[in-house]
Amino acid sequence: MAFGKSIVRFDWITIVLFLALVAIGWMNIYSASLSDSTAGFFDMNQIYIKQLVWIGLSIVLIIFILALDAKFYERFASIIYIVSLLSLIGLFVFGKNISGATSWYVFGGVSLQPSEFAKAATALALAKYVSDIQTNMNEFRHQLFAFLIIALPALFIVPQPDPGSALVYAAFVFPLYREGLHFVYLLLGFFAAALFVSTLAFGAIWVMLAVLLATVLVFLKNRKRRPNLLKYATIAIACIGFAFSVSYIFNNVFEQRHRDRFNIVLGKEVDAKGIGYNTNQSEIAIGSGGWFGKGWTQGTQTKGNFVPEQHTDYIFSTVGEEWGFAGSLVVVALFVGLILRTLVLAERQKNQFSRVYGYSVAAILFLHFFVNVGMVTGLFPTVGIPLPFFSYGGSGLWGFTILLFIFVRLDGSNYYYT
Amino acid sequence: MRKLLLLSLVLITGVVFAGRLFYLQIYDTSFKQLSDNNAIKVIYDYPQRGYVFDRNGDLLVSNQPSYDVMVIPREVQPFDTLEFCNLLKLNKESLETILEKARVYSPRLPSPVIPQLTKAEYAYLSEKMHKYEGFYIQKRSLRDYQVSHSANVLGYIAEVNDRIIDKNPYYQMGDLIGMNGIERQYEDVLRGVKGVKYIQKDRFNRDIGPYKDGIFDTLPERGKDITLTIDAQLQKYAEELMVNKRGGIVAIEPATGEILSLVTAPYYDPALLVGRERSKNFTKLYYDTIAKPLFDRGLSGEYPPGSPFKTLTALIGLEEGVIDAEERISCHGGYVYGRGRKLGCHHHSSPLAMVGGIANSCNAYFCTVYRRAVEKYPTPQEGIDRWNNHLSSFGLGDFLGYDLPSGRPGFIPDAKYYNKIHDYPERRWYATATISNAIGQGEISLTPMQMAHFTATIANRGWYYKPHIIKNVEKVDTIPNVYKEKHHTTIDPQYFTPVVDGMHDVYNNGTATRLRIPDIEICGKTGTAENYTKIDGKRVQLTDHSIFIAFAPKDNPKIAIAVFVENGYWGSRWAGRIASLMIEKYIKGEITRTDMEKFVLEGSLEEEYAKPHSGEPFRINI
Repeated sequence: MAFGKSIVRFDWITIVLFLALVAIGWMNIYSASLSDSTAGFFDMNQIYIKQLVWIGLSIVLIIFILALDAKFYERFASIIYIVSLLSLIGLFVFGKNISGATSWYVFGGVSLQPSEFAKAATALALAKYVSDIQTNMNEFRHQLFAFLIIALPALFIVPQPDPGSALVYAAFVFPLYREGLHFVYLLLGFFAAALFVSTLAFGAIWVMLAVLLATVLVFLKNRKRRPNLLKYATIAIACIGFAFSVSYIFNNVFEQRHRDRFNIVLGKEVDAKGIGYNTNQSEIAIGSGGWFGKGWTQGTQTKGNFVPEQHTDYIFSTVGEEWGFAGSLVVVALFVGLILRTLVLAERQKNQFSRVYGYSVAAILFLHFFVNVGMVTGLFPTVGIPLPFFSYGGSGLWGFTILLFIFVRLDGSNYYYT
Repeated sequence: MRKLLLLSLVLITGVVFAGRLFYLQIYDTSFKQLSDNNAIKVIYDYPQRGYVFDRNGDLLVSNQPSYDVMVIPREVQPFDTLEFCNLLKLNKESLETILEKARVYSPRLPSPVIPQLTKAEYAYLSEKMHKYEGFYIQKRSLRDYQVSHSANVLGYIAEVNDRIIDKNPYYQMGDLIGMNGIERQYEDVLRGVKGVKYIQKDRFNRDIGPYKDGIFDTLPERGKDITLTIDAQLQKYAEELMVNKRGGIVAIEPATGEILSLVTAPYYDPALLVGRERSKNFTKLYYDTIAKPLFDRGLSGEYPPGSPFKTLTALIGLEEGVIDAEERISCHGGYVYGRGRKLGCHHHSSPLAMVGGIANSCNAYFCTVYRRAVEKYPTPQEGIDRWNNHLSSFGLGDFLGYDLPSGRPGFIPDAKYYNKIHDYPERRWYATATISNAIGQGEISLTPMQMAHFTATIANRGWYYKPHIIKNVEKVDTIPNVYKEKHHTTIDPQYFTPVVDGMHDVYNNGTATRLRIPDIEICGKTGTAENYTKIDGKRVQLTDHSIFIAFAPKDNPKIAIAVFVENGYWGSRWAGRIASLMIEKYIKGEITRTDMEKFVLEGSLEEEYAKPHSGEPFRINI
């Protein structure tokens, strides 16, 4: 393909993986939303027809994205980001409340979810800032600004409320790390997460005792080197303070439904009929698939609508039930393949902007994949985020399509610079 | 290093997910069953149980519709408990107990609330049932007995218990199963196979059509009809004769091994164990530990066989060559052995050869024969084992292999047993220590079934078919091959002639001369067995058991019979009369000796049975 004077080669592996995921995704949406109603196949009210329209339109979108000059995305990154932020802020005024969250604009019969598009915008802005010649990721001021770029959209998304979508922004820590952010930040983040989970699982008191014990042991072990007592005390107090504030926030700020979701995954509550219903039904559906599944549209759990939200966040349970272990592995492999391919391409980029952006794409896809499949298979708390290219929803599909194909476009222009 | 972090996380995640999927989909099968449970409702269609006929094609057992109120706990919606309890004539507490038990069994599978409604109750309830979600009425078929006899043969059906459900997955709570008699023995044949429908349900528990368009659904298969070898007329007559007596009667057709009659007394009406009164009636029968109506004396009553056993002693003596049929043995009021010990005998002419010995039931004669047979061998151990071996060839001392689920093996002692009770080898024992065996007392015990069986074997002059009660299934001759195999005893057929002649003489000039039946050549043997019970820990002797074995006609025998009447005193008093009447009834179809019939029908031994329970001293054998 030739666009103007440049020589452009798009990465066909990425495109084929994308098409495969979208196609398989649609087949499962078809099965999950199939009802016994007498309406014809081409009834516009059928979910699978709507999704088919969204897929068709996304092809148009892809052509448009690929047709634009690669320079456009770098040059207009800041503007795209600001527009995106404004669209998020605008929700507070014009947003439509659908099932408890004010996350949508509704135009006629079409609803759009700006938070799905904000990921791509944030990735562009972050790539632009990090790749700026004056930015040094080892300088605290620059680190702070990078975090601000990431945190702003998340801050607007949380109160919609949509903590799940906000969580996705944590993915941006991976491109930052790749570009030189100190490992301590990751360690801190990981340590905080570990403290968080153990506080919920065992209670703040036990975490406090464990932290104190660990501090004393390390202190005694290092006492020949005359350790700084104050330093140890500070770290221990910080940890304990964190544990207690987590406990406080969990019990007083979180809503009961959030608490329930964590408790189920931590095994503190086994209530198959109540709040754990989703996860339990999803595990049952997947578990009933066996080696090769019950066959397309033959799933008894899928047909009986036992898994709520099966065509959206829980679409993977349909894969598990109807395509079995073999089919599920294929889907997992496709996702792992797409993410790895994106990573490899990102590393191959000659300019830093493309690399950071590509890394962000991989990180976001990974986080979605990790959280969603983890949730559906009962490994992770119930966090409502979609499975990229699979879950029903126009905004989601378009958001990921844009995210991925801007990178395909950037990657394609690689040759332009050489 | 920085390049590898996300890369490795992605790969690790892929592997972890693959592992988790393997666990959910392949390793842990419980998820598969859960899925089947909550997406699919199973509806059963119960077939009619097979009918039961007697050997002449008379219908004994058919079916009647019955209606159970069932509950599927998870489908129950809040309902008017009070009204519901009034409808079912239940109190609130017992309803709650029933519902709790159903929940514990399974929230998804049906459990019975009230089993076996009457038709009137059903009609009344079925109008109101729609108000109570989760409850429904399940139609089943219950037994409808056409006869009021043979309860011990027919058995009964009842709801399966937890143990059966655990063992056999075919059955579910509320299903019926044969619990005794032929209902239990031929459960698989009579039951048929229940049909099943799988209904796909959605998560609001609404039916959304047959699962996979019904490819797994099955139609119920009707139970097969069976015909028994029992003669219902004879059976009914036998029960009438046993009124107010206790004991067992078994009649066998010698040529085939078919059981013509199997009676235990006291007995009960099989209709008692049908319907809602079933458990109440059953409890009543079960806890009657004195009369024991549920105890099948014909199959499980182990009694000392008494004098009829002398026929076997004679056969063994002849086979071992220790006596000649013509040899006369004198009797001086008993048999003297050891150091002045004497086994008494009654008054009869002496000396006697074999025919006379049997006809007059001479104790001295048979003790002599027995002792010779045992002492023929160098040690008493060998002699006893040899003797035991002959009896085993008749099938005695073991279950006979008949097709009924209850029964006892009886007991024929062997050398090992005597070694143990006599503390061998510290102390030695001799044939004389076991001399009571000669006359069917001592350690031997046999059931009426075994008595009838060896009588049939003697009638056949040395061979038998295993006794059985199944004649055919669905009118087609499909009895198991084990009942078509001819078995031979260790006794040479020629030796049966003097024994049969002796049994014939029992009627002509022996102990049963007054029981003769005109025009029928009967062979028989009386028996009178001493027996004991324990009252307050003390061994107390009771009135003797009245025993009789017989077969007729002498040549080409049609029926062999053993009759046991507990505490009926001497053999011809009750058992002999009953045996004669039954033989006449079976062969002639009518009774000529109505005076004898009247005596038996009206006679009662209840006074005798009350003695040990009266708490007062009593006299026996009067």
